[in-house]
Amino acid sequence: MKTFAKLVCLCVFLPVLAFAEGDDLTWNSSLKNQFFAGKAIEESDAVIELEAPYRAEDPAIVPVKVTSKMPQTPGRFIKKIWVLVDKNPFPFVGEFEFFPESGKADLAMRVRVNTYSNIRAIAETNDGKLTMTKKFVKASGGCSAPIGADLDEAMKRLGKVKFRLDDSMQTGQPTQAQLMISHPNITGMQMDQMTRFIRKSHFIDQLKVTFNDKPVLNAKIDIAISADPNFRFYFVPDKAGELKAEFSDISCESPTSRSVCKKGESYAQQYTVTP
Amino acid sequence: MRGLMVLLGFWVSAAAWALPVLPVVEVAPGLFVHVSEHHWPDRDNHGEIANIGFIVGDKCVAVIDSGGSPQQGIELRNAVKKITSKPICYVINTHVHPDHIYGNSAFKEPGVKFIGHHKLARAMASRGPHYLSRADEVLDIRVTPDNIIPPDLQVKDRMTLNLGNRELVLTAHATAHTDNDLTVYDKATDTMWLADLLFLEHIPVIDGSIKGWLKELGQLEQQPYKLVIPGHGKLVKDWPASMQPQKAYLLQMASEIRTLIKQGKTLEYAVEHVGLTAQQNWQLFEQFHRKNITIAFAELEWED
Repeated sequence: MKTFAKLVCLCVFLPVLAFAEGDDLTWNSSLKNQFFAGKAIEESDAVIELEAPYRAEDPAIVPVKVTSKMPQTPGRFIKKIWVLVDKNPFPFVGEFEFFPESGKADLAMRVRVNTYSNIRAIAETNDGKLTMTKKFVKASGGCSAPIGADLDEAMKRLGKVKFRLDDSMQTGQPTQAQLMISHPNITGMQMDQMTRFIRKSHFIDQLKVTFNDKPVLNAKIDIAISADPNFRFYFVPDKAGELKAEFSDISCESPTSRSVCKKGESYAQQYTVTP
Repeated sequence: MRGLMVLLGFWVSAAAWALPVLPVVEVAPGLFVHVSEHHWPDRDNHGEIANIGFIVGDKCVAVIDSGGSPQQGIELRNAVKKITSKPICYVINTHVHPDHIYGNSAFKEPGVKFIGHHKLARAMASRGPHYLSRADEVLDIRVTPDNIIPPDLQVKDRMTLNLGNRELVLTAHATAHTDNDLTVYDKATDTMWLADLLFLEHIPVIDGSIKGWLKELGQLEQQPYKLVIPGHGKLVKDWPASMQPQKAYLLQMASEIRTLIKQGKTLEYAVEHVGLTAQQNWQLFEQFHRKNITIAFAELEWED
């Protein structure tokens, strides 16, 4: 009887799994048009590659990494990278702008993944060409939820910033920097009848990083970024100077619409770099 | 052996009554526990994987954790009704995880008060939609917001309940296993119902704070409880000895992660390298260990 039940279960379930494994339905039916209407996108790993765990250990903190296949030069560089999680209630993770001064258009971050989904990164080079790469991620079930574990702790530190630089920094060479921002990045997705505490989404929506006032990274980000946003990116320390992060948060009425939002606070923090 | 007889007894009478009754064992006078096996929550076990039970006083009954599915809640309620004619007055939810709260709806009736940590309602509200959206697919159970019942009484620090000549002391803990852990101490039998503040055999699952959990354990291990009931694992009669593997696991993880953070290593690196020697000690290691590292790393990288 038990075996029979398992068999039935498998039969019902297997097609669903096969179907779910990396399907492009959401992309084809809406995301492509929403973000890249009328544009040609080549699917390949030639410009960027995407790393993400096949199984998301904690759906609230899924490390993803975009690695560029070309250096950033004034003549040829990656201008923008979009990151989307197809099956998230709000698929847009972020739009990241890079510059020749970035040195390398690599980017690592931590994201929320609601369910089994493709994560995709689309790069635009300065000639306007779009290249897309994707990875399938299984967000695990059980007791996990794609929000943070300790909201109050994150609230207490709100706005705190940490920088970390590669020990092997060399003058004039692309150097990796890690930027950590303490912010709960509240999704705003909770049950209405119980919402006596937090109702709105509250997240960092703009981030700008400069080195000696020259742009390194500009980002427009959203609730799919994990609590305590954490980014690794490159810059070129051609001489001593200030690496500066400026960011702001926003509060929106709905987790899945950005039509009614209220600007929040602005923050800035800098870090002295001596190569 | 006696436990087996009791189990068998319930099974036989349940079949005779054609009423599903959850097997429970009277582990101390008037204190009944259903001890679960360790499984990853799935469509076969419907998430019925936690230790749940109830305590009977002279006047009424307190249920402690309602089960992992609406059906298990019904079976637990039937077990109470079978053992005593006294009414259920309280349903205590020890924390937000579905294996401890999805039976709530079986107990919803006039006169029953639901009790939880003062942060439980918020955790239910923020996690509820996600839990509910996955229940059908992951657990093969049908649940709606009605199955998640926020507490009528919120424990901010401590609260004493009287079941009629039987006092239960509820303690709301600082963030540890989750940010809404509540424990139940039964004075009459010197029993501490720690729920998921204690795991045996089943790998400890961090969904709150590794530092906070270690701190709570440090305080709890000072107490000489006669009997301790974990959320997952067999009953403990040698407290705090049986808790040491859990403490060692958390301590080692915290120590290794701190070293990696100092070395500038990433979360991705930590997930592949921390605490692998602990694998042989725990069931469900593969399912939870890397998640534990992830949560602990995200916490510890902010500690200075």
